[in-house]
Amino acid sequence: MSELKITDLHVNVSGMPILKGVDLVVRQGEVHAIMGPNATGKSTLAYALMGHPNYQITSGDILWDGKSIIGLKTEEIAQMGIFLAFQYPVAIPGVSVANFLRTAINAHRYAKDPKDKGIPVPEFRQLMLEKMKVLKIDQSMAGRYLNDGFSGGEKKRVEILQMAMLNPKIAILDETDSGLDIDALRIVSKGINTLRGPELGILTITHYQRILNYLKPDIVHVMIDGKIVEFGGPDLALKLEDRGYDWLKVGNGQEIQ
Amino acid sequence: MSDLNRTNLIRGVDHSRYGFKDPEKYLFKSRKGLDDEVVRQISVFKKEPDWMLRFRLRALEHFQKMAIPNWGVDLSDLNLNDLYYYVKPTEGEGRTWEEVPDTIKKTFDRLGIPEAEQKFLAGVGAQYESEMVYHNIKEKLAQQGVIFLSIEEGLRKHPQLFREHFGKVVPYSDNTFTALNSSVWSGGSFVYIPPGMRVDLPLQAYFRLNSANIGQFERSLIIADEGAQVHYVEGCTAPLYSRDSFHSGVIEIIVKKRARVRYTTIQNWSTNVYNLVTQRAHVYAGGTMEWVDCNLGSKVTMKYPACYLLEPGAHGEILSMSFAGQGQHLDSGGKMMHLAEETTSKITSKSISKSGGRSSFRGWVKMKQGVKHARTNVVCDALILDPQSRSDTYPDLDTEEEAISVGYEASVSKIDEEQLFYLKSRGLNDDQAVSMVVSGFIEPLMKELPMEYAVEMNRLIQMQMEGSVG
Repeated sequence: MSELKITDLHVNVSGMPILKGVDLVVRQGEVHAIMGPNATGKSTLAYALMGHPNYQITSGDILWDGKSIIGLKTEEIAQMGIFLAFQYPVAIPGVSVANFLRTAINAHRYAKDPKDKGIPVPEFRQLMLEKMKVLKIDQSMAGRYLNDGFSGGEKKRVEILQMAMLNPKIAILDETDSGLDIDALRIVSKGINTLRGPELGILTITHYQRILNYLKPDIVHVMIDGKIVEFGGPDLALKLEDRGYDWLKVGNGQEIQ
Repeated sequence: MSDLNRTNLIRGVDHSRYGFKDPEKYLFKSRKGLDDEVVRQISVFKKEPDWMLRFRLRALEHFQKMAIPNWGVDLSDLNLNDLYYYVKPTEGEGRTWEEVPDTIKKTFDRLGIPEAEQKFLAGVGAQYESEMVYHNIKEKLAQQGVIFLSIEEGLRKHPQLFREHFGKVVPYSDNTFTALNSSVWSGGSFVYIPPGMRVDLPLQAYFRLNSANIGQFERSLIIADEGAQVHYVEGCTAPLYSRDSFHSGVIEIIVKKRARVRYTTIQNWSTNVYNLVTQRAHVYAGGTMEWVDCNLGSKVTMKYPACYLLEPGAHGEILSMSFAGQGQHLDSGGKMMHLAEETTSKITSKSISKSGGRSSFRGWVKMKQGVKHARTNVVCDALILDPQSRSDTYPDLDTEEEAISVGYEASVSKIDEEQLFYLKSRGLNDDQAVSMVVSGFIEPLMKELPMEYAVEMNRLIQMQMEGSVG
C-alpha cells in the first residue's frame, strides 16, 4: 500500500512564498479533497508534487513510501505511479491521442522493465476502446490531436482517460470540475468513480463543492494562504458551501497578518 | 502516423563520424578544376551528340562570367577549383563492409533496412537483389509507354523528346549553379508519362539504390503529358555518404494540361556537403505540381523549388521541411510565379533548428499584371529548440495585379516548457517529450509522405533528438 506524505512543505514561485507549511498524507484507496479560495496555493501543491522546475521547494519534504522524492525528475515521479490531471491540459498539435497514450504507457512499462518491448498494438487498442466506452468518449477521439481544439469537457475527459490508461496509485485532480457543465461533470465524475478502489488514492483539488457530491471524499481539507487550516469529513464541504471560507480565515487569525 | 514508441537504445548520432575512405580506383577521372577541355572530355566519355557538347560549352562560358552568390548561406569556403568535375568509379570495387563505421550500421539497423540494401547504401558491393524487382516493374511500365531511364539513356534513346525539353524549364543562365551543372551534369533520371497514364513511383528500394549512385551534378527531366499523373520520390531517409562535398543538381519538370506531378525529395547528405539545387516546374492549364521537400542533412543547403504557373487554372504546391542541427545552415523555401489568370498556389514550410543549427525560409510569390483571380497562401512555421539555434524568414510577395487573393502567415516558436512538463508528467523523458513535440510539429507534412518514408523519417528525427547537446 503506497503512501504519499507531505510534511511542512514550503514552496516558492518566482521567489514568492506560496506554500507555507503543508502537511498531508494520502494513501492508496483513500479519497481526499482540498478546497479553498482562488490563489491560495492549491494548484501550486499539485505542480510541486510533480516536480515542476518553476516551483522551488524551500523546506519540508515529500515522501513516497517513506522516501523523499524531492529532486526526482517529473517523469520519474510519474513512473512511480503519481498522476496529475491538469486544470488546463496543454495542446500537443500533430500528436494523436492514441499515439500519445501508447507512448506514455510504454514509457511506464520501460521504466519498470528496460527489456519491455512495449504494449502490443491489439492489446493497446482493446484497452483504449474499453476505457473510452466507460468515459463515454467517442472512438474518433483516438485520432484527434491531443487537446488541440478540444472543448473544456473533452479535455477533462481525456485527462481521466489518460489516468485510466496509466493506472496510477495516487491521482491528483486539479480543478477537474472547472469549465464543465453539469452533464459533463456527471460523466467525468462517474468515470473517476469507476476507477476508484483499494488501489487508487485520489487527491482532488477544487473550490466548489459540487464535484464532491459525486466523488464523496473520505476527508476534506481546507487550504488558505498556503496552509491547510482545517480538515474534516464530507460534511465540512457542505458547511463551506453554506458559509464560505471567511469564518476559517477569522478562526485562524489570517486577517491579523 | 508517428511511431515514437520504439525506445531509444542508440545514443547520439554523430554526422562527423559518417566519413568514409574514398576508394582510389576509377575508370575515369577528370583532373581538378574546370575548363573547356574537362567539359569536352566529359562529353566524349559519354558519347554525346554534338548539340549537347555545344550546350555544355555555352553553359561553361556563362558560368565563368558568374560570381558565387554572396546572399543566403556562407559559401566562402567553397573552392570550385579544387573539385573533380567528373569521376566514374570502378564497378564492383570499393570499400568493404568492415570499413563501414558501426554508428552507420546501427542507423541502418534501426531504420530496419535489409542487410543487402545496407551494403548497397554504404557503397559496398554492387549486387542487389531488388534490382530484379525493379527491372520487372520497369518492363511493365515500358509496355504502357512510360519511359523511365537514366538521363544518359534518355538522351541516347529518345533524342527528340529529350532535346525538346532539356534546359527549357531551367535555362543554364538561370544562376551560377545551373550554369555549372549544365556544363558538367552527369547522372539523374529521365521520365516520360504518356497522356492519361497514372504511375506511382515511390519505390523506395529502387530509389535508395538509385540515390546511392547519384552524382554530384545530377540532372533530371520529368515530362507528364496531358492528364498524366506521377509521384516521383528522390533520396532516402537513411543517411547518405557522399564522396563529394559538393552537390549541385538541376531538376526540370513539365506538367502538361490537367497533368499532376508530385516530386518528393528526402535529403539526408552527410554534414560535409554543400547542397545547392535548382528545381523548377512548368505547369500548364489545369495542371498541378507539388513539391515535397525534406531537408535533414548537408552542411549548407540552398534550394527553392519553383512552379511557373503558365496557363489558367494551373496549381502549384510546395511543402517544405527542414531540420538544421549543429553546424548546418539550411536555406530553403519555394517560389511561385503566377503568370496566368486563376492560377493558385500554396507554400507550407516547417523548419526546426537545434544545437546551433540555422534554418531560413524564403518564400517568393510573384503575380504578374493581369493574372485575375490568382490566389496564393503562404504559411511558414519555425520551431527553435534551444537558444543557440536560429531561424529566419524572408517572405517576398511581388504583386502587380489587384484582383488577387494573398494569404500569408508566419510563426516562430520556441519549444514550450509547459508542453514538455505535460508530457513528462505522463512518464516521457526529456528526449521523448521533445521528439514528440517536434514530430507533432511536422506531422502535417509527414502525412504527405509515403508511409514507409514517414515512419523512417520519424525514427530519424527521434535519433537526431537523442542524447543531443543543448
